[in-house]
Amino acid sequence: MTNIKPVTLEINGRQETIAAPNNMTLLEALRELNHFEVKCGCEKGDCGACAVLIDGEAVDSCLMFAHSAVGQPVTTLDGLARNGDDQHPLKKAFVEKGAIQCGYCIPGMMIAAQSMLNKNPNPSKQEMREGLGGNLCRCTGYNKIFDAIEAAASELCGGGKG
Amino acid sequence: MDMPNKKYPLPRTEEKHLHQVGKPLVRTDARGKSEGKTRYAGDYVMPNMLHAIVLRAPMASATLKRIDASRARALPGVACILTGDDTSAHDAATDLPGQTGRQRLNTDNQILVRTRVRYHGEPLALIAAETRAIAEKARAMIEFELEPLEGVYDPEEALKPGAPIVQSHDNIVGSHKIRKGDIEKAFKDADHIVEKTYRTQFIEHAFLEPEVGMAWVDENDVVNIRVSTQVIEHFRTIAEAIGVAHNRVRILGALVGGGFGGKEDITVEVYLALLALATQRPVKMVYTREDSWFGHGKRHPFVIKYRTGVTSEGKITGSKIDIVADAGAYVFLSPYVLLYCALASPGPYRVDNLQVDSVAVATNNMFTSAFRGFGACQAAIAHEQQMDELANTIGMDRVEFRRKNYLKKGEPIATGFCVESEVWTEQCVDQAMEALGDKSPARGPLRIGQGVAAYQQSYGRLTMMHDTSECWVGIEMDGTVVVRSGVTDIGAGQGSALCQIAGELLGVPLERTVIYNSDSAVTPLAGTSTASRALYMTGMACKTAASALRERMIKRAAKELGVQIHHVDLANSKAFVVGRTEEFITLKELVGHCARDGIHRSELAQFNAPFTDPIDPETGQGRVHPDYVYGAQAIEVAVDTDTGEVTVLKSVAAHDIGQCINRAAVEGQIEGGTAMGIGYALSEELIYKQGQLMTPSFSEYLIPTAEDTPLEHTSIILESRSGLGPFGAKGIGEPALTPVAPAVANAIADAIGARVLDFPVTPEKILKALEASTAVTT
Repeated sequence: MTNIKPVTLEINGRQETIAAPNNMTLLEALRELNHFEVKCGCEKGDCGACAVLIDGEAVDSCLMFAHSAVGQPVTTLDGLARNGDDQHPLKKAFVEKGAIQCGYCIPGMMIAAQSMLNKNPNPSKQEMREGLGGNLCRCTGYNKIFDAIEAAASELCGGGKG
Repeated sequence: MDMPNKKYPLPRTEEKHLHQVGKPLVRTDARGKSEGKTRYAGDYVMPNMLHAIVLRAPMASATLKRIDASRARALPGVACILTGDDTSAHDAATDLPGQTGRQRLNTDNQILVRTRVRYHGEPLALIAAETRAIAEKARAMIEFELEPLEGVYDPEEALKPGAPIVQSHDNIVGSHKIRKGDIEKAFKDADHIVEKTYRTQFIEHAFLEPEVGMAWVDENDVVNIRVSTQVIEHFRTIAEAIGVAHNRVRILGALVGGGFGGKEDITVEVYLALLALATQRPVKMVYTREDSWFGHGKRHPFVIKYRTGVTSEGKITGSKIDIVADAGAYVFLSPYVLLYCALASPGPYRVDNLQVDSVAVATNNMFTSAFRGFGACQAAIAHEQQMDELANTIGMDRVEFRRKNYLKKGEPIATGFCVESEVWTEQCVDQAMEALGDKSPARGPLRIGQGVAAYQQSYGRLTMMHDTSECWVGIEMDGTVVVRSGVTDIGAGQGSALCQIAGELLGVPLERTVIYNSDSAVTPLAGTSTASRALYMTGMACKTAASALRERMIKRAAKELGVQIHHVDLANSKAFVVGRTEEFITLKELVGHCARDGIHRSELAQFNAPFTDPIDPETGQGRVHPDYVYGAQAIEVAVDTDTGEVTVLKSVAAHDIGQCINRAAVEGQIEGGTAMGIGYALSEELIYKQGQLMTPSFSEYLIPTAEDTPLEHTSIILESRSGLGPFGAKGIGEPALTPVAPAVANAIADAIGARVLDFPVTPEKILKALEASTAVTT
């Protein structure tokens, strides 16, 4: 029988607890905890729709057990936020540049973009092509996503409060 | 980027004094999606909800000797298991989406296998349980016995006498003929005849959101189904499949995580409805990615043979075209996809002597159905490669050869119908090639090639289907605007476009409009988001409703402002005197006057497409579609002659879309279509062996990633304002894809001096073609 144990995760700075079988993935746990901003696309680590930030780096939450995430703060799309009313620069840029069509890949895409910007605040087009290589989008052809990340990068650098 | 147009001065959007139509506005759905607040169909839960899954047949052709779910049913936590015996009274129509009530005979498919398994993955049983884990455990406990039956996996084999029968008596599930002019004379008049056979592959839609839905039965015995779909009008077909009245099924759409034709047919709806009725509890079904490979029809592989006559001066004398499509195990939309291909097969060219014979053939492969481009894509892959082969044969430049043969406005297409809108193929090809510029220099093992492809793609459904669309537009007491339309928003901004149209006519900015859509019970039925028809049909319905409302508002405002009706305009939430904007009344005040006077502040309108009878089956002559889109794609590639690897260096798309409603959304369609077409040409292929899918993951079925996008891309958007849609719009959803794959193939052939006739054009095939061409020349 599957062993079910409570597991407490830190999600977007808040402690949340769930009774998790030992084979429950982080993706399943997050959605069970109503974090519907995390999307499920393939459950095999092929598409990136379920990406979250752990230690500032994008991780496919379908490839990690919930129990393994204990003690590792998790950031979802909801956690990409700014104080006050302003939208996070990535979110604002994705909206303004028309980078969102069906939108299903977008939570993972923005997490991947943030992960890339954490390591490289001013990526070139080629670096963006490589940095987003693990996130599939079937609608946009990626062009406007590159435009959005470029715009967000300049605001994050210029604004100084990323 | 919007290119200046030197050769062909065109009317610009700005000249028409439109306030928001044509502008690159932020779509109304963008903000919610950016915040992760948008609820897709899979993001809903209900109290007491069950989780359902499907048991699928592990082989493609077999007899179900026995199925026994008694052990599985006894598992604690299992609420319901249905097998073929439980659904024996019903079939699911696979024919045209329910809107028209048209249906061919004997094309229905079984909901669950009763005795005959016809394709790998065909559903054997439905399982609903308290948790998904229990459902999975129960699925493994269902006992069944399959006896393999000889199957047939190649449509050309399936046509031979004595082949195993999959459907009907001869495996033919659709056929179309076109007869025009005198084909024998055409070949006599030709200086050269070019014969080639082009093959295309099975393709997957690969929307990121797998099929998903939830159903519950309410206090009025209405089966409510919230589902990711392109077509809410399926409620009628679903009602018939489950044996209830049409008004007892309600489809609530949600914003769809990609469709591309793959959510045009019914997916999980009937399963959910049956389980909800059986258990009287809410039931949710979430397809895994693996389910999705088996859960919806694929793009048809086609074999297209051309025999084309041409004069030394470059005039096509005639074409004989034979088309065979693999329909897979069930009919679904195959006959219509085939018709689109047959009609498009001569391309956007004047071919007066034409003979087309086409068949869609049942096999034990996965069934095939709608996919963006709907048969016209496969036709374009063939006709545009054939055009290059013809040009090469007579030693003429590819663009000049096309120029001598372009179909012009008012000339008859393959079916004899004369297109009334602008036909700007020539402008699009010229501008695309001009923007592509000179070839990049070759270096090392890299050879550079350029290719172009033109197309003709319909927008709007078949005119024999008598397509209609309804829309409701109203103004609230504070001057904000509400639009109600059944339209499903599959990611292209279908809803936002209607807000923009209503806002334009009522002078209300986009942020003060809202749309309620995609609910078969409470939003007026608008028809499907398929066939590049959504903007055309729902846009016209919205425009008709908003125009009537505008007229009433202006009439009342004129009285208030003391001027004649034609001196009043609406903008920025005000009614004002033209030329004297300081004399105005706010829309809020105006609506108040209307309310006091009993003037109706909303309007329900219906728009009808052109209606025709079906075309003549012997000649294929008649009207098939409302209208067509024309355009071109130009591509530059680098081919590594050591590895066969292809890099798309430059891409230019030029389309006459009639009129942009939202320019950014149009660019988005074009850029996304370009990527999808590159995948179609280079990397995507569902491989079936004896009907078994060999590539069921994104690590085996390769859609383009960010690394595969063209290094440079330009979209040239021409606006002839000649379309049948709102403000002269045509459509762009499908046209954005149609010319891309053949342009890539033509660029590769240009680079390596040899042609790969079988799609996709993989590195392996390129190296083989290079070897063969070297062997010939040395």
